[in-house]
Amino acid sequence: MAKVKLTSALRRFFPALSELNVDASNVQDVIILLENEYPGISSYLLDDCGHLRQHVNIFVKGELINDRENLSDHLGEGDEVLIFQALSGG
Amino acid sequence: MNPSILVGTSKGLVIFSEISRNFQITEVHFEGLPISMVYIDERTDTWWVSLAHRHWGEKLHYSTDKGKRWNAAGLPSYAGIDYKPGSPASLKKIWIMQHAGKDKPNCLWLGTEPGGLFYSEDNGIHFSLNEGLWNHPSRLDDKQWFGTGKDFPFIHSIIVDPRDSRHLYVGVSCAGVFESSDGGQSWHPKNRGLIASYLPNASAEIGHDPHRILLCESDPEVIWQQNHCGIFRSANGGEDWKLVSREDQPPSYGFALAIDHTDSNQAWVIPAASDESRIPPNLALSVYHTINGGVNWNPTNQGLPRQFAFDLVLRHAFIKADEILAFGTNNGNVYASTNNGQIWRELASNLAPVCNIAVSLH
Repeated sequence: MAKVKLTSALRRFFPALSELNVDASNVQDVIILLENEYPGISSYLLDDCGHLRQHVNIFVKGELINDRENLSDHLGEGDEVLIFQALSGG
Repeated sequence: MNPSILVGTSKGLVIFSEISRNFQITEVHFEGLPISMVYIDERTDTWWVSLAHRHWGEKLHYSTDKGKRWNAAGLPSYAGIDYKPGSPASLKKIWIMQHAGKDKPNCLWLGTEPGGLFYSEDNGIHFSLNEGLWNHPSRLDDKQWFGTGKDFPFIHSIIVDPRDSRHLYVGVSCAGVFESSDGGQSWHPKNRGLIASYLPNASAEIGHDPHRILLCESDPEVIWQQNHCGIFRSANGGEDWKLVSREDQPPSYGFALAIDHTDSNQAWVIPAASDESRIPPNLALSVYHTINGGVNWNPTNQGLPRQFAFDLVLRHAFIKADEILAFGTNNGNVYASTNNGQIWRELASNLAPVCNIAVSLH
């Protein structure tokens, strides 16, 4: 199981958002499970081509994921997945 | 029901309602979020809004009860589509929506950046790319389709001929005006007479920058165009365009255009001083009006700031709907007139930059 934490900024659009423990072997699995839990959330995290949005970051065990296109970064038992928005101006 | 003015800003959708003959702010929706498009489908009085989230991308929402409840719609997708061979396309921005005709209920057109025209047959649940325009040979030529102030070309104007919903026009910046007579299966350029002074060949067939195009519903052979290189009018369905402005005096450069759908000789524009100086000429905010097809333009500025105004009005931030003329500026000011622009009234002065405006008459 991996523990998934999401930025509170998404709670405006998904009020029931909370930490999740998911049975996922990679980041792509996490997104699929999140979409099942919170329908529509994948379009907030991924662009229309299925790639991680430019201004969204996902960290696994404190490190930015490497594969922003296919989200193939591997998850191990007990890994923490953090999903944040990037900082921006304006 | 009194009319409402919907003002899309970079920080939310602001609703002005007519109360005691004045327009006052009555509601704010999507507070703090950037509004990239506002459209009212007159067939059903459905309000449409697209949001350009900084982090979460474009989103499309609609309301069938004047904003009491908003629903998420589907989104256009470029998944699996190349912008150029080997270079995947992706949705950058939703620019414009247009219903597909009164004989095509539930059908909508959507114009996007990077240049894709989309069509929905189920009232926005699903959108499919119009391949006729996307596959036009000119689109792959960087000298014919290219971005202007943006990295990619975008479709900002969609016209459905009120006589025949299979007869369409789109305005693309930069590429120009394209027409389809078969419901979007095939497209051809309609730019004869336009000027592209930024190109080596100013009269090139494709590569023009029409900032906004509008067709007169009561006289559909007449199409108006505020272009990067002046104001143009066609009296023959876009076969030929005639320049109806002078480069050496306003109005010439600008983005905003409104027309009278009952009188094809009347139009309004809000000029900027020039491409290089996008502020009102002489720092006096003025709307120019013609009643003779662009032969003469007269400023209508009573009620508008006459000095030290730095406002620019963007292409979708000016509208005429029945007796209401309204516009918003990039400085967050909103003005309206109910007498064809003879007298303007300031409705708000502290909004965020205004990008879009629409009027609900019902």
